[in-house]
Amino acid sequence: MPDLKKLPDAEQQIMALAESLRPVFERAPETVLIGVFTGGVWIAERISQLLPSHPPVGSVDISFYRDDFSERGLSPNVQPTTVPLDIAGKPVILVDDVLYTGRTTRAALNELFDYGRPSTVQLAVLADRGGRQLPIAADFCAWRVSLPENANLVLTRTPVDDPKGQLTWSLDDA
Amino acid sequence: MLDPQLDADGNLIHLLSTEGLSKEQLTRLLDTGASFIGVSDRDMKKVPLLRGKSVFNLFFENSTRTRTTFEIAAKRLSADVINLNMSTSSTAKGETLLDTVDNLCAMHADMFVVRHESSGAPHLIVDHLRRTGRNDIHVINAGDGRHSHPTQGLLDMYTIRHYKGDFEGLNVALIGDILHSRVARSDIHALKTLGAASIRVVGPQTLIPTDIEALGVEVHRDLESGLKDCDVVIALRLQRERMTGALLPSATEFHGLYGLTHERLKAAKPDAIVMHPGPMNRGVEIDSAVADSPRAVILPQVTFGIAMRMAVMSVLAGGGA
Amino acid sequence: MKTHNIEIRGGRVVDPASQFDDTASVFISDGKIASIGQTPAGFKADQVVDANGLVVAPGLVDLSARIAGNIDAELEASVAGGVTTLACPPDVDPIIDEPELAERIVRHAEDVSQVRVLPVGAMTQGLAGTMLAEMSLLRDAGCIAVSQGRGLPADTKVLLRALQYAASCDVPVWLQPAEYYLSKDGIAHDSAWSSRLGLSAIPVAAETMAMQNVLSLAWETGARIHFTQISSAEGVALLRAAQDDGLPVTGDVAVHALHLYEQDIGYFDPLARFDPPLRGFEDREALRIGLAEGTLGAVVSAHTPRGVDVKRVPFAEAAPGATGIELLLALTLAWGESLSLPLRRSLLPVTAKAAEILGIDAGQIAVGQRADLVLFDPDAQWTVQESDLRSAGKLTPFLGRTLQGRVMKTLAGGQLVYERG
Repeated sequence: MPDLKKLPDAEQQIMALAESLRPVFERAPETVLIGVFTGGVWIAERISQLLPSHPPVGSVDISFYRDDFSERGLSPNVQPTTVPLDIAGKPVILVDDVLYTGRTTRAALNELFDYGRPSTVQLAVLADRGGRQLPIAADFCAWRVSLPENANLVLTRTPVDDPKGQLTWSLDDA
Repeated sequence: MLDPQLDADGNLIHLLSTEGLSKEQLTRLLDTGASFIGVSDRDMKKVPLLRGKSVFNLFFENSTRTRTTFEIAAKRLSADVINLNMSTSSTAKGETLLDTVDNLCAMHADMFVVRHESSGAPHLIVDHLRRTGRNDIHVINAGDGRHSHPTQGLLDMYTIRHYKGDFEGLNVALIGDILHSRVARSDIHALKTLGAASIRVVGPQTLIPTDIEALGVEVHRDLESGLKDCDVVIALRLQRERMTGALLPSATEFHGLYGLTHERLKAAKPDAIVMHPGPMNRGVEIDSAVADSPRAVILPQVTFGIAMRMAVMSVLAGGGA
Repeated sequence: MKTHNIEIRGGRVVDPASQFDDTASVFISDGKIASIGQTPAGFKADQVVDANGLVVAPGLVDLSARIAGNIDAELEASVAGGVTTLACPPDVDPIIDEPELAERIVRHAEDVSQVRVLPVGAMTQGLAGTMLAEMSLLRDAGCIAVSQGRGLPADTKVLLRALQYAASCDVPVWLQPAEYYLSKDGIAHDSAWSSRLGLSAIPVAAETMAMQNVLSLAWETGARIHFTQISSAEGVALLRAAQDDGLPVTGDVAVHALHLYEQDIGYFDPLARFDPPLRGFEDREALRIGLAEGTLGAVVSAHTPRGVDVKRVPFAEAAPGATGIELLLALTLAWGESLSLPLRRSLLPVTAKAAEILGIDAGQIAVGQRADLVLFDPDAQWTVQESDLRSAGKLTPFLGRTLQGRVMKTLAGGQLVYERG
């Protein structure tokens, strides 16, 4: 397991991710950012600010679309999904903090399609920690790292309610 | 005695009554309801939570209205819904309630939504499922006799919380036929647990159940004293067949004593909301002028009802609250 | 026929009538008790029944057991419960409103059992409460009394006429006091509990108004009244007052009502549906005291065998009543135990006192009496299980409860009619 003290700076990674996304928005200005609750939304909002066109940001809460609902039930704090515009026919960048099994992405894609049929969907993640269980890959990724199954990689925001709060990685044993 | 709607760990696995639910459980259900509000606003009004599940609406007492709200809720969760109008089907042929349940279990039902004219009928089904080891099937009480109508109670609580923010310090009055009202009983238990300051029941003695004070309510014979400083006023439906006879002399006299009018509502707080479980008898328990005024939140109740029923179904199917 | 001699050896003989309580042998000759303690001259036992560790008591007398319908099975249940004399209320199928029906029950019972079965005839035809039944002929056919089943006629004039006529024929009238309209649609005690459960209620006033009506008419007509299954504290008080005033009126209580009260309905348990309904906690206490003080003379099983088809249904739709004759002894002992009554006192309302209400020689161990005896183990604990019950009705709210005191042997008419296997 990587040294906890040597976790990369999430803020810098977001800048790098935004930079790699810049050509997409130059090519297709109608592109929409959709963050996956909760970390993905924070990142999508940051990226929007960093890009000169400040593209619109939406959010999806995948609680109603999880494939482990019958085992785990409903999470007690389901957030409203807000897809800001009509996404039909538009390119979408789906933003998440950590890509792991791929199940969250699948659920998010399912939910997204309930709102309309985007022309393309690309996936941007801050970290890809390996361990995929579905044929899903990130199109944009700031940090590739291989973590054991028991590791829990979490993005936190301090203070949590402040959109300008400091984003940091933490890692612990599950 | 173990509350039959809970499992051995205290998780909610059936919804039979608002009585016996903790404040945390009620709050969790209301919070979950809030997250489903948005789903009905979308173009695509479905989420796949209950995909592949079979929900059987067992309505032994006819109510197209309530049955429809459960049907919509189940369908928005992507469940398969089977409506059985039991008043005209098997029981008429002599099949017992539990025979019917066994048959539907054999068809791999996942959830029963039960309405029955006998208080306690859903409890009998739950008892039977437990006895026969079918603990994976959930039962939702959609109204049993005079006893309970917990999803109505929950949607009423949702409505109150939506408009009033919190239950602390609230004065709530329930007006009219308390005796036959399962809605009143469900509201009373929930309000009590959620911490309402005062719960009043208002009506003539013929329509107030014996020793109802034991449930933690004040009894008012007089509408004005019952409405005084109320934040929430809930008018109850007066069944047509009870308007004349030994319970009441006439609908007119009832309206004169207990009908909600703007004039009478002056006793309540200026921002008091008016609720009604529907369907309304305009000019009997409530004036049209009140029912159509901005303080009436009767249609929002219906909207919230769908979300609350989605919440209940999801929470039960997802392992309880 | 050769004389048949039985010696019941080594038991603790408890006779409530004489207040006798001692270890003694009981000698039976020709179906009658020949001697207690002393071996009669020239007695040679053909059969010795070992009663070591057992109480030898009079066979129980049950004033209410609905055995008609399945007489063979229910009389098996009766002896398994130590009951050797029973009265069967008229509200069975078919209603006992014709002398032939009463006769048929008596004859059938005689053919299959030594248990004394005393039908209670219908007071009105079909129990409809409008036309009088043939009370005199019913009595001649073996009926011990007449009754209106559950409740009173709606029409008080019919009640008056029935009491007048019964008094003329000298037929006792047994009435379960419940005013017709107040009790008609009710299924539970009128209280905060039924309000909470949303069950339609029967107020205590249904019982007290009925009792007051009957008592007024009893003074008027001179009819001999016995109130069956009094359920409320107020009912006990009314009965006591009438007795104090010198009216020869008696009353009984259902044994389940000494132990259960309205909250035993729990979450709508249809097995706890009774008529009269289980009443409040204070009512139960008053019934327990009323029985101990003797205001209530007898305790009855109110045995009503019910099938699953009428009991595993929603509470309001469930047929009232439960199987009970096999629980009568243990539940009566539990009542006595809770009030620290001596055994000879606890057994009084199921033996001598009950027989006194019937007006027959039964319920005591005395020389010359019919040898109806129950031998029970007062310490044996047992759990009520459907599989153990001989009655065709297996459902009772006491299923799963552990009771103390178990019938081991029953003698009726000097014959060993039951022995626990």
